[in-house]
Amino acid sequence: MEAKSHIKVRNLNVYYGSAHILKDITIDIPEKKITAIIGPSGCGKTTLLKCFNRLIDLQDNVMLTGQVFVDDTDIFDNSTEVIQLRKKMGLLFQKPQILPMSIYDNVAYGPRIHGLKNNKKLSEIVQHYLQEVSLWEEVKDRLHDSAARLSVGQQQRLCLARGLANEPEIVLGDEPTYALDPISAEKIEKKFLELRKNYTIVLVTHILRQAKRLADYVVFLYLGNLIEQGPAEEVFSNPRDSKTQSYLSGQFITSA
Amino acid sequence: MIKRRKLVELFFVSLMKVATFIVVGSLFYIIITIFIKGLPAINLAMLIQTPKGGYYLGKEGGILNAILGSLLLGISSSLLALMISLPIVFYLNIYLKKASRFALIIRFSFDVLFGIPSIVYGAFGFTLMMFMGIQASLLAAIITVALLILPIMTRSMDEILKTVPFELKEISYALGATKLETSLKVILRQTFPGILTAFLISFGRGISDAASVLFTAGFTDLLPYSLFKPVATLPLAIFFQLATPFPEVQQRGYAAALVLTIIILIVSIGSRISLKKFTRQVLK
Repeated sequence: MEAKSHIKVRNLNVYYGSAHILKDITIDIPEKKITAIIGPSGCGKTTLLKCFNRLIDLQDNVMLTGQVFVDDTDIFDNSTEVIQLRKKMGLLFQKPQILPMSIYDNVAYGPRIHGLKNNKKLSEIVQHYLQEVSLWEEVKDRLHDSAARLSVGQQQRLCLARGLANEPEIVLGDEPTYALDPISAEKIEKKFLELRKNYTIVLVTHILRQAKRLADYVVFLYLGNLIEQGPAEEVFSNPRDSKTQSYLSGQFITSA
Repeated sequence: MIKRRKLVELFFVSLMKVATFIVVGSLFYIIITIFIKGLPAINLAMLIQTPKGGYYLGKEGGILNAILGSLLLGISSSLLALMISLPIVFYLNIYLKKASRFALIIRFSFDVLFGIPSIVYGAFGFTLMMFMGIQASLLAAIITVALLILPIMTRSMDEILKTVPFELKEISYALGATKLETSLKVILRQTFPGILTAFLISFGRGISDAASVLFTAGFTDLLPYSLFKPVATLPLAIFFQLATPFPEVQQRGYAAALVLTIIILIVSIGSRISLKKFTRQVLK
């Protein structure tokens, strides 16, 4: 099952001031698969995710070496259009971050800023992607109500619809079920499994069972180091590194 | 031991209550004084007429010239200040990074400007007026008052923009929005109630300041009709009337103060009500 790599990370180092957050990371993220980035809190998972769509640019005092390729273009190259790069990726946060506007406007936000003005088209897009995340039936009568009135679980699905409405190739999830109740979380997980057919999905999670349920490919980070990466069944059933073994079995990692 | 800690607690709570009472009490004391002294002298003629000759000696007329002048001055100077403040606060909060030294310098300058007495702004406005070759006029007053309220408006809007969650900006950028689009379509919406409040606080400050308009607005018995002609203002109308030796004219001064206070009260109460309409979509 040799899949094409969608995102390639080569010798990536990230420093916040003097703190060395990511240390010489080299990863290949396969296309149209779910890749789970696992590891304990503070190991650099979120930072790695934010490198992919260059949200890392917003941080103070950040220094970066190495390369990240998306579709074989170096995203940190000066000629790379960051807006185009970000349009390629939908992002979900831990806590659903809705925009301060109506449900409709939330979904239409992406297409609108990328130049779509036709209201009929916009309405079609909004309906299509709300259906895509199974939210349409719940909100079709109050599309112009504030999105803030939705439940947290509905908000996260709305955020997913908003991301997808941009027609991305990649979906990035930073522990997207973190703030959700089990039923809402399950809905999001199922959606991810469906989306895998058409999108490359990168999922940061520290819920091991979630990673096992969803992932095709696993990347294990520990204290900024890449410990292990590989197809999910291999990493979970037969981890090569002792740190991965400890982490997967729920023990403390004793530093070698 | 517990008894002592409870006593200390009681002592400090009492201190807090006294301090709060001093503030709220003085506000009510001022408002009540103005009402008691001003209400008997207020009448319709005062609100709808301009001063006839000798108004300040106790003759017929009203202060419509000052009411209109102050409203015009307050609104225009707040709008002018807004046009300068908004770009500044968006630049500070969206374009500059948090740890930016430049942002630190800008904020510090506004804090310094904040503390400059309004008479100094008046004097500065006067020299500016001389330099531009215009006389004491509505225009000169608008510029001076706008400068006076600029630091207040900027710093209060700045505090409001600081409260915007970082994730909200991030998600907008993540969808491919530019900083400008994020500012106008997301941040402005999220902070609109706060920005409106900052605008109205500044309006209240601008409309009620006397020292800055003393040299720059001049005074006239006529209704405002040109940007380049002197304009009457309520604070100066109050000042002139209270400064006369005639008790009945002084009473009219209190009546004028009452008019000014009511204008500011209407604006702040009205804004509270209209705010509800705008906070519907704001994220808590």
